[in-house]
Amino acid sequence: MIKSLKSLGHELTESQKQLQLLQLTNLMPFEDKLKETNLFPLTTIPMEIFQINVGKMCNQVCKHCHVDAGPDRKEIMSRETMQDCINAIQKTNVYTVDLTGGAPEMNPDFRWFVEELSKLGKKIIVRCNLTIIQANKKYHDLPDFFKKHKIEVISSLPYFSASKTDAQRGEGVFEKSIRALKLLNEVGYGKEGSGLILNLVYNPAGAFLPASQMALEKEFKLKLKSGFDIEFNSLFAITNLPISRFLDYLVSSKNYESYMEKLVAAYNPIAATNVMCRNTISVSWDGFLYDCDFNQMLNLKVATHNSQHVKDFNFDSLSQRNIIVNQHCYGCTAGSGSSCGGSVV
Amino acid sequence: MNTYYNPDDLKKFGKISEFEPNLAKKFFDYYGEVFKEGALTEREKSLIALAVAHTIQCPYCIDAYTQDTMEKGCDEAQLMEAVHVAASIRGGATLVHGVQMMNKYKELSM
Ligand code: SF4
Ligand code: SF4
Repeated sequence: MIKSLKSLGHELTESQKQLQLLQLTNLMPFEDKLKETNLFPLTTIPMEIFQINVGKMCNQVCKHCHVDAGPDRKEIMSRETMQDCINAIQKTNVYTVDLTGGAPEMNPDFRWFVEELSKLGKKIIVRCNLTIIQANKKYHDLPDFFKKHKIEVISSLPYFSASKTDAQRGEGVFEKSIRALKLLNEVGYGKEGSGLILNLVYNPAGAFLPASQMALEKEFKLKLKSGFDIEFNSLFAITNLPISRFLDYLVSSKNYESYMEKLVAAYNPIAATNVMCRNTISVSWDGFLYDCDFNQMLNLKVATHNSQHVKDFNFDSLSQRNIIVNQHCYGCTAGSGSSCGGSVV
Repeated sequence: MNTYYNPDDLKKFGKISEFEPNLAKKFFDYYGEVFKEGALTEREKSLIALAVAHTIQCPYCIDAYTQDTMEKGCDEAQLMEAVHVAASIRGGATLVHGVQMMNKYKELSM
């Protein structure tokens, strides 16, 4: 069984160690690459997405997890910080609140939070790992709960076969995911005309880049329908960023340098123009503010020194901030680009 | 260890233009065009390339198209089936010449 880096006492638990490793290669600094293409400093555009990581606790321990999540992780957002998030959201005109984790549903205040966010009339996304729905009786009604609040569900399914899915996400995950997808379909998710959106995330199960999102979506739709009678709306192809457990995998499988070279060689200035941090703000379980979930894991807080915590949320200064970049950002700008919503080109 | 093949040389493929730029450019333009989505998808073309790579037994091409088919979303079963297609055509090509052998045998026999 795979364990979180933290439970292993692995040195890559420390963000500083990860950053040192990212600097080790002879590759051009990401900042210089941006300069070369007249994109430095990377600035914000109007804030659209408020992404909240409600905790690192998860029922799974996927090999590639950039959060280093797992059942042993106890860092979860308190109701008080959730309230601070609600207060902050009210100071903005964002229209999407994106809840991620870990498995966000494992936070005991998850449902309360969703209900409160629902009252604000925002579009709510939940990044649901699927297996959580069946992990315990108390989660069995999640499809109905999601439906009640018209939540957009985004779920990972690295492949339409067990071998690749289980290799990345753990033994038996494919089968459980298929059952969960069926339950979501049953209440209307992914069905045409239901208005209930179910999107899937594909990310490569190894040290290679994702295929074209369009081609993959076509293939997934065909295979999931014919093999399992499952429907979904869109497929997002996401590149694995060299952070945390995926970074550890790259190093231990001796793929680190060639993977980084590949990312750099595939740098696409159009993708760089569209990176998600430009319209997103990301909040960690303990309320700190980051440009994105990846910077969060590397402990690279937003550049606005007067507003680095959701308690001190200052919409104006955050809206004018420059993005903090580092070598991992090459993962967002390779090929068709990558964001929490898939390709950006 | 010194060998005829060095994995790092694959990255230097483009450098063949140093000695003859015009033909190299023509070749790479052609290569790029061939692999674009057309009547066949990029994925289908990549699987064909993988099968051919095994037929000509080029280690560079096997490396490159194993990775490329993976990036195009193929899994291990699909890659191996492509190799079997190559193998069966190779094997079949050997065996079908057995007919020629039989013809000659019969011709020379009483
Ligand atoms: S990738 Fe998602 S499901 Fe897997 S361990 Fe990380 S948070 Fe959990
Ligand atoms: S890693 Fe984060 S900060 Fe870097 S480009 Fe991607 S979204 Fe932006």
